[in-house]
Amino acid sequence: MAEYLVDIKNERLSFFTPAGEVKALNDVSIRLKEGEVLGIVGESGSGKSVTAYSLMGLTAHPGKLLGGTLEFNGHHIETMTEKEMCKIRGNEVSIIFQDPMTSLNPVYTIGNQIMEVILLHTDKNKQQAKERAKELLELVGINEPEKRLKQYPHELSGGMRQRVMIAIALACEPKLLIADEPTTALDVTIQAQILELMMELKEKLGMAIIMITHDLGVVASMCERIAVMYAGRIIEYGTTEDIFYNPKHQYTKGLIRSIPRLDTKEHERLVPIEGTPVDLLNPPKGCPFAPRCEACMKICLREMPPVTNFGEVHYTQCWLNQKEEMEKGAAK
Amino acid sequence: MSDKLVQIEHLRQYFPAGGYGKKKKYIQAVDDVSFTIDRGETLGLVGESGCGKTTTGRTLLRLYEPTGGKFIYGDDVIFDVEKKIYADMLPYRKKMQIVFQDPYASLDPRMTIGDIVGEAIDVHKMAANKKERYDIIIEMLQRVGLNSEHANRYPHEFSGGQRQRVGIARALAVRPEFIVCDEPISALDVSIQAQVINMFEDLQAEMGLTYLFIAHDLSVVKHISNRIGVMYLGRMVELADSYTLTTRPLHPYTKSLISAIPIADPKVAKESKRIVLEGDVPSPLNPPSGCRFRTRCPYADERCASEVPEWKEVEKGHFAACHHIDKCN
Repeated sequence: MAEYLVDIKNERLSFFTPAGEVKALNDVSIRLKEGEVLGIVGESGSGKSVTAYSLMGLTAHPGKLLGGTLEFNGHHIETMTEKEMCKIRGNEVSIIFQDPMTSLNPVYTIGNQIMEVILLHTDKNKQQAKERAKELLELVGINEPEKRLKQYPHELSGGMRQRVMIAIALACEPKLLIADEPTTALDVTIQAQILELMMELKEKLGMAIIMITHDLGVVASMCERIAVMYAGRIIEYGTTEDIFYNPKHQYTKGLIRSIPRLDTKEHERLVPIEGTPVDLLNPPKGCPFAPRCEACMKICLREMPPVTNFGEVHYTQCWLNQKEEMEKGAAK
Repeated sequence: MSDKLVQIEHLRQYFPAGGYGKKKKYIQAVDDVSFTIDRGETLGLVGESGCGKTTTGRTLLRLYEPTGGKFIYGDDVIFDVEKKIYADMLPYRKKMQIVFQDPYASLDPRMTIGDIVGEAIDVHKMAANKKERYDIIIEMLQRVGLNSEHANRYPHEFSGGQRQRVGIARALAVRPEFIVCDEPISALDVSIQAQVINMFEDLQAEMGLTYLFIAHDLSVVKHISNRIGVMYLGRMVELADSYTLTTRPLHPYTKSLISAIPIADPKVAKESKRIVLEGDVPSPLNPPSGCRFRTRCPYADERCASEVPEWKEVEKGHFAACHHIDKCN
């Protein structure tokens, strides 16, 4: 058994659009042990969803994997055929999509959609599958499961539908659950319900979770590890404490500074990150964040900074940290 | 001239939803909402989707015809449904403007940015000649951080944050006093949100604007508003100045709303206890009797089902509508 459940090394992925090559992922490496919760944060277009989708073999057309290895639970995803992928998808790894309004099939009943996964991946017969579906609905906190099994998605509210999505995802007790902005489309009070449910289920079933979100509040309360992505790169990676209390990259610092807080009395002016997100069709040379960075140096515009490690897990890609390291080394 | 720019009394907005005769059904989107906004103040309006906050904002501008209530703007009556007074809106459109939620859908894709901003100038005949019109457009674009070359481009050439700036420039072009901001930042990326929030604050200071700021994100609303009103299923449940509301909320719904917000600080997040509400928001087509929050409220009893709680001033400037304020505090 491998040491890591997920081991992505130097993944490079591009979308070949009519307008040109969009480098969606550049040298992305992620490691995740069993039962760990990893949060991936970043703006739209930073590559957080693409990373997770590629792990499920769901890279959409014009997208192509150009390099790197993706290892999951002993499988080499990058070499697997679609047929082989089908066996582990929904079984060992499953996904919850952002929008529960559109990710369920409107013409099949809830029961039908949950049983489909069970019938496909286990040797249970229809009756047993139905029993299991009922169990699952109870597990995700839906009352009157018997009645719900016969209902169609439009009869349920957004929060309920997301619960059904979770039930489908958990039907075969996967080792890894990918949650792609599972609460973005929901209201705060419903978001709290769903997050609570996910943590509860994680305790019960012990699966690992990759949580994709743009909400720093969500990762702060849920995740153990955080990867901050910008323009298709992981620019900082560390434990939740590292990222929130000891951020090293200018982008991470800016991101944490720019969110308004509820617990301040004085009116503080927000410190925004100036500029706009990168255009991935024409990414800048050097560090992608350089044009928006307040501490930008000459070298940042020319070359991509190497990785600087702090301790075992925490690392970042920023020239500023390289400079500090070098000065420290020189002083010694 | 009075201090209060906006005074709303018992605003009601029902939308017909099928049925006829006695069986005609209505969606009770806004029911009995009253508040005032002072000159230069920002009033925040928060609540979950479907609670009527957007409808409130739009009804004020008569984008929907109100079903009931009274709106006094400065010293003028804009509408009073009971007395059947409805003012001619055109002169008031110059004073009241709106910034819409979705900058992708609210700009006409066939118009240049200059024309979008300039349309209101034409309607109100604010420019004597083309040169003057152009100058106003450029001035507005510069105010929101765009520049003159942008005037000849089309909306699809801009990012979300820039489009929202165009939407704001459009609203500012007629030099309004009062702007309804209807979720102006929810469609934007986190790092862009802070830029736009700061811009709203700067514009308010420069031009002496009054805002009704509608959003579902309580931390953003708290940051920008002087006072905050919380809505639930068409009714206002609590109103107070923003610091008091977020630190000492009285209504059980406000309490759970605040505790449900994920805190971007892992230590605080681990220590704080969440009040997780059961169930979903009921349908506004058939809202619960009495207090509308009672189906999800941990303190609800028989009285909540039979009597609509009174909207009263509990402390100075702190309003709430709940039968059990003493019990849950």
